[in-house]
Order: sequence, then structure tokens, then C-alpha cells
Amino acid sequence: MLRIENVNTHYGQIQALHDVSVEVRQGEIVTLIGANGAGKTTLMMTICGDPQASSGKVIFDGKEITGQPTSMIMQQGLAIVPEGRRVFSGLTVEENLYMGSYFRSKADADVTAEHVLELFPRLRERYSQRAGTMSGGEQQMLAIGRAMMAKPRMILLDEPSLGLAPIIIQQIFDIIQKLRDEGVTIFLVEQNANQALRIADRGYVLENGRVVLEDSGDALLTNEAVRQAYLGG
Amino acid sequence: MSKIYNAIFAAGITFVLACLMIGVKLNTEGTTLTVSGASGEQWSWIVGGIVLVFLAQLFADRIDTLFGKLPKPKIGALLPAEEKRATLKPWLLAALIVGLLVWPFMVSRGAVDLATLTLIYIMLGLGLNIVVGLAGLLDLGFVAFYAVGAYTYALLSQYFGLSFWACLPIAAGLAATFGFILGFPVLRLRGDYLAIVTLGFGEIIRILLNNWTALTGGPNGISGIEKPTLFGLEFTRRAKEEGNVPFHEWMGIDYSSSYKVIFLYLIAVILMLFVVYVINRLTRMPIGRAWEALREDEIACRSLGLNRTIIKLSAFTLGASTAGFAGAFFAARQGFISPESFIFIESAIILAIVVLGGMGSQIGVILAAIVMTILPELAREFSEYRMLLFGLLMVVMMRWRPQGLVPMKRPHLELNQ
Repeated sequence: MLRIENVNTHYGQIQALHDVSVEVRQGEIVTLIGANGAGKTTLMMTICGDPQASSGKVIFDGKEITGQPTSMIMQQGLAIVPEGRRVFSGLTVEENLYMGSYFRSKADADVTAEHVLELFPRLRERYSQRAGTMSGGEQQMLAIGRAMMAKPRMILLDEPSLGLAPIIIQQIFDIIQKLRDEGVTIFLVEQNANQALRIADRGYVLENGRVVLEDSGDALLTNEAVRQAYLGG
Repeated sequence: MSKIYNAIFAAGITFVLACLMIGVKLNTEGTTLTVSGASGEQWSWIVGGIVLVFLAQLFADRIDTLFGKLPKPKIGALLPAEEKRATLKPWLLAALIVGLLVWPFMVSRGAVDLATLTLIYIMLGLGLNIVVGLAGLLDLGFVAFYAVGAYTYALLSQYFGLSFWACLPIAAGLAATFGFILGFPVLRLRGDYLAIVTLGFGEIIRILLNNWTALTGGPNGISGIEKPTLFGLEFTRRAKEEGNVPFHEWMGIDYSSSYKVIFLYLIAVILMLFVVYVINRLTRMPIGRAWEALREDEIACRSLGLNRTIIKLSAFTLGASTAGFAGAFFAARQGFISPESFIFIESAIILAIVVLGGMGSQIGVILAAIVMTILPELAREFSEYRMLLFGLLMVVMMRWRPQGLVPMKRPHLELNQ
């Protein structure tokens, strides 16, 4: 569904990604793990077209999206839950959600909103509250809900467990699996490698801007090198 | 210890400022300037003021707690409950509009004239509110669009003899075009940098108008701008055009110069209501929420596929067109415009209206516009200290209601349950 072919990305003179190739097939959960500064977020951003890849191709649904402006890319059935949640703190939960369905009709959006509220009952309780006044976990739920409002075929999640309590992390990962069961393809970037690999069908390990390993989730979990580097031995 | 230091510092600043502004006077005697000191009475006022500032700073905490104990004026509490409000709202609105329309026939000419000016500032405040309050783009050169609107009408009327009503949409459109043109280069800027560029733009427009003497008349301005007509009826004693009948003859009543003032006021009311209605609708539409979302988080907006270029430009363009609207009316009311009317201080006053009213809140902006235009009129005797009073007002607001007079409330969407 999403194919990244030999992508190189530069920030000015500095090369952040070297020849990265990743494939995510329809209905999969694919995770990308790596240390700080490995280029995980850069890869996410490159898919979204900011910064744009200096060479290589990003193909979504058989269509090349490299070089398209971000706003175009994000309207084609791809949604991202950005790192650090980035909810609109001054807007209410409801308004946040409906920002996600900006390009859909009100009637369609209402149906999806109802579905999101079923998945996240907490958001229903907080429906007319300002997003900035909610806890980190609730904000993360809102960020995921907002991404779902566009009814995407694929969701990119950038570190959804960042700074959350373990019990909330568990809920978030449950939701991610639920989303996959509904047919949404998931590309998950995580530092929490243990959790991420457990729910992932396949995984990639990124180091210094290069993909160094690629295998099924289970295999990576038991891989000695991965255990040493990312799973605490 | 730091409190005493603070208090001494504040008192010192007060002393320096008061000495310069009140303590010393420049008098012209013939061709020479002489400096004279203030009278004994003025000095005692200055000393009193310094002591007051010193004590206020020294006991700032205690004064704050005292004020904290006072019941805070909750404007929200004065309004009836949510459900009641929904049923009352159309009636209140209707009463307000009828009041606005009937009121000028009962008060003096001066009051009506002042109200007209207030309505102009309300329109300007509402326009800037889109740019600053909703989209969060600090614009210090808003007066430029006001000038564009005013000069559009003045020039079109002078050179081509177009009527006010024909020029109104043209003025709004041209101001919008200028907003669009300014919007493009500043899209990448934010905060301070945006403020500087817009400030520069405001000055460019003013200086251009001042120096393009061949077209705009330069500092002499344009005079004798046509007043608006009511379906062709003029409000002058005698019709300017051959074969035209002035309003009072057509109505069969005696001529009175206040008809014109009231007519201008009524036009202002209608324009203001139109602006309020349009902006109110816009803020409830997705584009209105997109402005706010862009203010909150640009990256998140882009991640949702929103095009920030279009959103920012639409805010700039709509805000500017509102100013153009107000400008055209201003030119028509005034009958004379010159670059003097569009100096930076006007931008500052409009911005003060938006900040004072509570960023993004329409009712707040309207209230603040009323306060900001009527207060200087009431405090006519203190006109020398006008800026000082504005400063004081700002400080009081900062301490008392930092979020503005009527902070923005989130318009709720109906949840279909």
C-alpha cells in the first residue's frame, strides 16, 4: 500500500536518511524502531512531503506522491498522528475532531465522529472541553481520533506512547490493533520497541538513517542484536 | 527587600515621566521658546502621584488579595441561563436592532455623529479581529487597508463620478486585493517579524498617498467627496445635479442638516450589521475554525491536509476587505480625507480595541470599540493626556482582565444524539 524506494533526505547539508526502502502492505501493522536521532520522524515527515526526499520515491496506493505538496498528500487517504500529539489546545474536543474531517461533508463526518466516540468513550465525556485542559493520554486519544476523522486508508503514528503512563500506553496499543481489524493499514514509529513489535506484523530497524534490519515482528523480538540494543538485553 | 527596591524604582520612573510631561512646559514668546516650570498645585499632584505609585508597588500583594476578595464582575453571570438565552436571543437581537435604528431620532446631532464614528471602529475592530484574534497573525499596519478603501471611493468619485453604493464593493474588493498582495510575502513570517513587515506596509501606503500628489493630492488630501444618496435623493439643501430633487423636498418636509447625519448613521448601522453577520457566519464555518486551528498549531493543520497558504490568505483578505468597507464609508462621511487620517496610531487603536475586547470575541470587540471611541470624547479636557490614559487603561486591563473584556466563548456545534 505504501512503498518507500531508496529514499534519501537532507536537512540542508546534512543527510538524515540514506537509501531507505520500506514497504507497508494493505492491512498490516508495520513498525519502525530506532534510537533517538535515527531518522524515524524524518522518514514520517518525508512521506508527508516535508521535508521532501532529495532522491527516491514514495508510492502510496500505486501512485507516486513524492514531490507533491503536503496538503495534497494528506488528502489522499493518508493520515498522520504527529509526534507530541499536537492537538489544538484552545479548541474543544469536538472542534478538534471536526478539523480532521475538514474535506468531508458534515453528514459523513458525523458518522465517523460517532464511531470515534465509541472507540474513545473518554472523548465523549470531554466533548465540549478545551483540548489543552486534558491529560496527555486523553490528548493522544484525541490526536488519533482526529486522524481517523478523515477516514484514511492508512494511518501513520509517530510515537503515540511518548510520555504516557503504562496503562494508557496499553489502551493506545489496543486501539491501534482495533483500527487494523477495521481495515486501516498502520505504520507505527516507536521507541517503545517491546510493545510495538508485539503488535506488529513486520518491523524495520533504523540506525543512523539506514535500515539495518527487516523482519517479522516476532523474529525481531527474539533477535539477539535487537534485544541488546532496544529491548534492554 | 526586593519589594522596596521595586517600589523605589517605580516611583523613580514616575518621577522622571511626570517631570518631563507635566513638570516642564514650553512656551512660545514671539520667536523664542522659553521653558517654565509647573505651578505649585501641579507639583503637589505630581508628588502625590509618586507617593501613590510607591505605596501601590510596596503593598502590591496586599492590594491584590484585597481586590481578589472583591466579587469579580462576571459578565457571563449577568446573562440568563443557556436554555433561556437561546429563546431570548432573537428577541434581544431584534430589540437591539430596532433600538439602534430609532435611537438617533431622539438624541443630539453630536451624539449621532459620535455613534457613527464608533460604528466605523467596530467594523475595523471586527476586521482586524479575524487577522489577529482568530488567525493569530499580528498585523500592525491594518490602517493601510482602511486607507485603500477610503481613497478608492474618494478617487473613483472624483475622477469617474461613481456613486458611494457602486464604490462600496469596489473599495472592499480593492482592499482585499491589497490584503492578498501583502499576504503572499508574509506567509512565512510570524510573530515579531510579521508585525514589522505589516507595520512597514502601513507606512508605505501612507507615504505613497502623501507623495503621489498628481493622483491623490498629497498632503492636501481630497475634499468635497460626494455624500451617499438614498436611491438618488441627496441630503443637501439644493440638489447639485440639474433636475434632481433633494430628500427633504421629495418628502415634503423642511430642510434640516441633521437628516444627513442620521442618514449616515443608519448606513453605518446597516454596514456594521452586515459585517457582524458575515463574520459571525464565517467563524461557524470550517474556514473559521481553520483560522483558529492554524493559530493553535500550524504543523497539526498541515498534517490534516489543510493548506496554510489559503487559510492565511483568506484571513488577510477578509480582514482587509472589512477595513476597505469601513474606509469607503469613512471617506463618504468625512467628505475629506488626507494621509493624516491613516497614521500608525490608528492601527494601534484598532489593535487596542481587539486586545481590549478579548481576542477573537465579537461582542468583546464591539464593546471595546465603544469604550475606546467614547472615552476620549468624555475625557475631552484631558485630551493632552489621552495617550497616558490609554496606557493606564491597558495596565488596568492587564491586571484585572488579562483575557479581555468579554473573552471568546467557543461556539458549540450541535451533537446529533
